Amino acid sequence: MSARSWRLVKIGAEILVPLAILLAWQLWTASAHQPRFPRLSTILVQFREMWLFSQFGEHVVPSLVRILAGFAIGSLIGVALGIPLGLSTRARRAAMPHIEYWRAMPPPALLPISVILAHSIGDRQKIEFIAFFCIFPVLLNTIAGIRAIDPTLVDTARSYGIPRHERVRRIVLPAAFPQIMAGLRVSLALAVIMMVLTEYFSSTNGVGYVLLISKNTFQLVPMWAAIVLIGVIGYLINFVFLLVERRVLAWHRGWRAALPD
Amino acid sequence: MKRALSVLDRLIPLLSVVAALLVWQFVSVTGIVDERDLPSMTTTVRELWHLMQTGTFWHQLLLTVRGWALGLGVATVLAVPIGIVLGSSDLAGRAFRVPIEFLRPIPSAALIPLLFLTLGTNLKSEVFLAAFGAFWPLLVQTMYGVRDVDPVALDTARSFGLGRLERMYRVTLPSTVPYIATGVRISSTVALILAFTAELFMGVPGLGQAMNVAGAFGLTDTIYALALATGFLGVAIHISTTAVERRALRWHPSQRQEVAL
Repeated sequence: MSARSWRLVKIGAEILVPLAILLAWQLWTASAHQPRFPRLSTILVQFREMWLFSQFGEHVVPSLVRILAGFAIGSLIGVALGIPLGLSTRARRAAMPHIEYWRAMPPPALLPISVILAHSIGDRQKIEFIAFFCIFPVLLNTIAGIRAIDPTLVDTARSYGIPRHERVRRIVLPAAFPQIMAGLRVSLALAVIMMVLTEYFSSTNGVGYVLLISKNTFQLVPMWAAIVLIGVIGYLINFVFLLVERRVLAWHRGWRAALPD
Repeated sequence: MKRALSVLDRLIPLLSVVAALLVWQFVSVTGIVDERDLPSMTTTVRELWHLMQTGTFWHQLLLTVRGWALGLGVATVLAVPIGIVLGSSDLAGRAFRVPIEFLRPIPSAALIPLLFLTLGTNLKSEVFLAAFGAFWPLLVQTMYGVRDVDPVALDTARSFGLGRLERMYRVTLPSTVPYIATGVRISSTVALILAFTAELFMGVPGLGQAMNVAGAFGLTDTIYALALATGFLGVAIHISTTAVERRALRWHPSQRQEVAL
């Protein structure tokens, strides 16, 4: 087979295989007549009716706000704590037992506690909860990124008399940036999961709430539509993040590509 | 002078933990946070000590560990072979790129209502949820690992007349193992979160369900003690998988940049 037709086969596979999977899903659900597995086409019609865009403002927007607010607050705290901890061995030694404990704690184990502490779990508590667990991937990656900096860079800057805050801003942060972005990506995925979990707890809106209510009332098609929506939200958020990452790390890629191995 | 400093440095983590515990005690006893909302450190530790005298606690702990281990095991058994196939064949990789990119960011928490209605509130649901979450990091790590095999090593093996299977066994697999080990570490955290989530939200027996029951009876001390124990379980699992990863890495010279989770 020539190189050209081989390439065509690969492009064809990339397009046809996902379509075949969707078709198989449709055919299987159409023939199975299982109320728990409604037809794919039925789910998609329901999806359009619910989310494009009649209930969008009521349920999707609050969920997105929770994800983004929690993620933004958590990441800021993560980077802000990560810089001093990455630079100072002593501070890191003091903080590490706490970081190791909380990063290993499964987030749902703290949900009942946050309900007790706050006497309720409204919007603010949900965002605080998401923010708390978004801290750790960013924090750990900031620390790791800063520790991996070539010490010659920092020493050179110091011997040129560049003050400390300038060294942090111009050398430490840019050098750690790729790894900070890796941490941000993990945190963002975590934020979506925790949005769903917190919305299972005493909510009045949000996609997690819709999912729970439709399950409790055995409305299976809306339930599937909500699951698909959460999948789409997860996918799109990740997609947008990759676009942003490609843009802001373009200099880094160019620099890496220019380096000999 | 130098010696005295290093002793102090060694004590820093311990002092920092003691300080945090004292702050916890102080905040609760002085009523800055009501003792009914935040039991004091000594009350919580005493409660945990009482729990540890009971067989029920250890049984629940074992159930959670079982859900974690089965989920991680199922995910590994599925993800590693699939990852090797998708990583080594360009055609297969391209064909399943879109479905994987779409399924991977789906928060597994969104599947809980569906599992309620299909598999029911039992071990099967817990294992499915944990395995679903743990599958993706492992799959992606394995695919990266296979694609990152040194092409010179592969070509050398080929020119020595090694067949396809033998190249796989002697070159590809060994150099992929460290990536798989990293995947297992990331996935084990995810699997624990989801095993606990299944117990807390679906009532599958284990620590999460115990916490749910304690919440229903308003046993705040027990909730805190269980959360404390769950955190230690997370730490224990993290330490053991990191140790496994170190072993797998020991003979491997690669200088991968890992993403901390």
